[in-house]
Amino acid sequence: MANVSASASAALPAEKTFLSRLISGFTGRLLILVPYAWLLFFFLIPFVIVFKISLSQSAISMPPYAPAIDFSEGISGLWAALRELSFDNYLWLTEDPLYFNAYISSVVIAGISTLLTLLVGYPIAYGMARAPASLRPTLLMLVILPFWTSFLIRVYAWIGILKPEGLLNQFLMGIGVISSPLVIMNTYTAIFIGIVYSYLPFMVLPLYSSLEKMDNSLIEAAQDLGCPPISAFWKITFPLSLPGVIAGCLLVFIPAVGEFVIPDLLGGSQTLMIGRTLWNEFFANRDWPVASAVAIILLLVLVIPIVLFQHAQARAQEQDR
Amino acid sequence: MNATWSRFNIVSIVLGFAFLYLPIVLLVVFSFNASRLVTVWGGFSTQWYAALFRNQGLMDAAWVTIRVALVSASAATVLGTMAALVLTRYTRFRGRVLFTGMVFAPLVMPEVITGLSLLLLFVAVGLDRGFLTVTLAHITFSMCFVAVVVQSRLISFDRSLEEAAMDLGAPPVKTFFQITLPVIAPAIISGWMLAFTLSLDDLVIASFASGPGATTLPMKIYSQVRLGVTPEINAACTILIGIVSLGVIAASIVNKRREVQRRRDEQAAMRLD
Repeated sequence: MANVSASASAALPAEKTFLSRLISGFTGRLLILVPYAWLLFFFLIPFVIVFKISLSQSAISMPPYAPAIDFSEGISGLWAALRELSFDNYLWLTEDPLYFNAYISSVVIAGISTLLTLLVGYPIAYGMARAPASLRPTLLMLVILPFWTSFLIRVYAWIGILKPEGLLNQFLMGIGVISSPLVIMNTYTAIFIGIVYSYLPFMVLPLYSSLEKMDNSLIEAAQDLGCPPISAFWKITFPLSLPGVIAGCLLVFIPAVGEFVIPDLLGGSQTLMIGRTLWNEFFANRDWPVASAVAIILLLVLVIPIVLFQHAQARAQEQDR
Repeated sequence: MNATWSRFNIVSIVLGFAFLYLPIVLLVVFSFNASRLVTVWGGFSTQWYAALFRNQGLMDAAWVTIRVALVSASAATVLGTMAALVLTRYTRFRGRVLFTGMVFAPLVMPEVITGLSLLLLFVAVGLDRGFLTVTLAHITFSMCFVAVVVQSRLISFDRSLEEAAMDLGAPPVKTFFQITLPVIAPAIISGWMLAFTLSLDDLVIASFASGPGATTLPMKIYSQVRLGVTPEINAACTILIGIVSLGVIAASIVNKRREVQRRRDEQAAMRLD
């Protein structure tokens, strides 16, 4: 943190007084310290606690777990406690196939939904990027607006549409396409629809920003040289939009794996996703240690995509500079 | 990109926006349904809105939610702006990698994990769950969204303005408040609005962090939705959608006006030269 004041003073003429340098060094440090300390305390330390509790035994009390480490007994107590740390909760997760299946099906559901979101989102983003420049801000706002309305409300809106006596079935039976209602509610199909719908803005925005930056003369050159439009798209447009594709896919995939609201409201009791398993473990079974172990494993599953996401963010930031 | 807007482009945009907006439009339409059945039209009526305002539990929850959102959005805006300044201005300090990670990770972290970890923190430090804990939880995740919004404005910020002010003898703190802050103000305002709506909408983290007496509106709506779809919930959702849309549209109009004004000022300045 020492070079905070150094970099500030480098931009300044030499007549800066000692006092103002002291103040600017102090404010610089404070500026870093306050958000840093906040995130450490409310973001990082909680994960350490989750990890600790995942190693403790569950107990019927409030809070419902036996403390894994009691710092009041000093070093010797710490050693005794370390020997008693149990991996029982993790063993329990491997013994019951329910958890394993929930992880696998969450990743598969999130993967399929991410691909579907890309398929739906790409033509929209592409169309937006090619729209007349005067229209683009309005289109952009129209994509962002649903993102501002409540997630819960948007998922709720689909219940009325998808249920057996809902609007979709009424419509399809009304025009005579089907004779008996489609069963969509409480199936995986409903979850796919819910995820694609809710996360579509997350896909469209990064795609649009990478497509919008693209230089159209490249495509014109390819077409002048006789390249048909479709292969020009695959050879030029798509590869150049890859940063947007990657950012969009990660923005959809990572939260979708741990999604709770969508499988709970649209998927019914038959569908299996890990976010719901964690929720039930915590709220219904009140087994905090097992819920913590589920969270730690979920985090491990997501570590690679999260690191990839941060790399992409950092790279985009470097390019903007 | 500047090219011809083909028919395929237009069709995909129209279909895309129909997909995005139709469910919300239907939800709003059926909140004015006279029939108790949500999906069968029984004539126009505003009775569900009247019922809504008589529902004391829902009104209490709405009041809690608004208070949490106001406090948490304001605190998150201050913290998030500070984080954005750190991210763009201090490129080298010990622990920067960790800091960047902590700012970006909450953006994609599954809510169940954030919620559970915050709850366990509150239990560990012996904080009673309620209004305060929900607010702290909301500050934590929304400050990261604010940081990203403000940071994107700071990156494109012309630093020569600040340097000029400091060359003329303005101390850094004064430079920040007189030069930097007015320029990044639109981003800070949209950051605040984003934090406010994130807090207004959040169900999962609030369910973990909240305790008795601090039931938020999404928690209330969720518990009623689980019992079944009713026009009353449609009415509540419609009011929420209305508030948020009005806010976003108003903000974008204000932003646009400022932009036009700024361009006019710049042109006037050029003419003076």
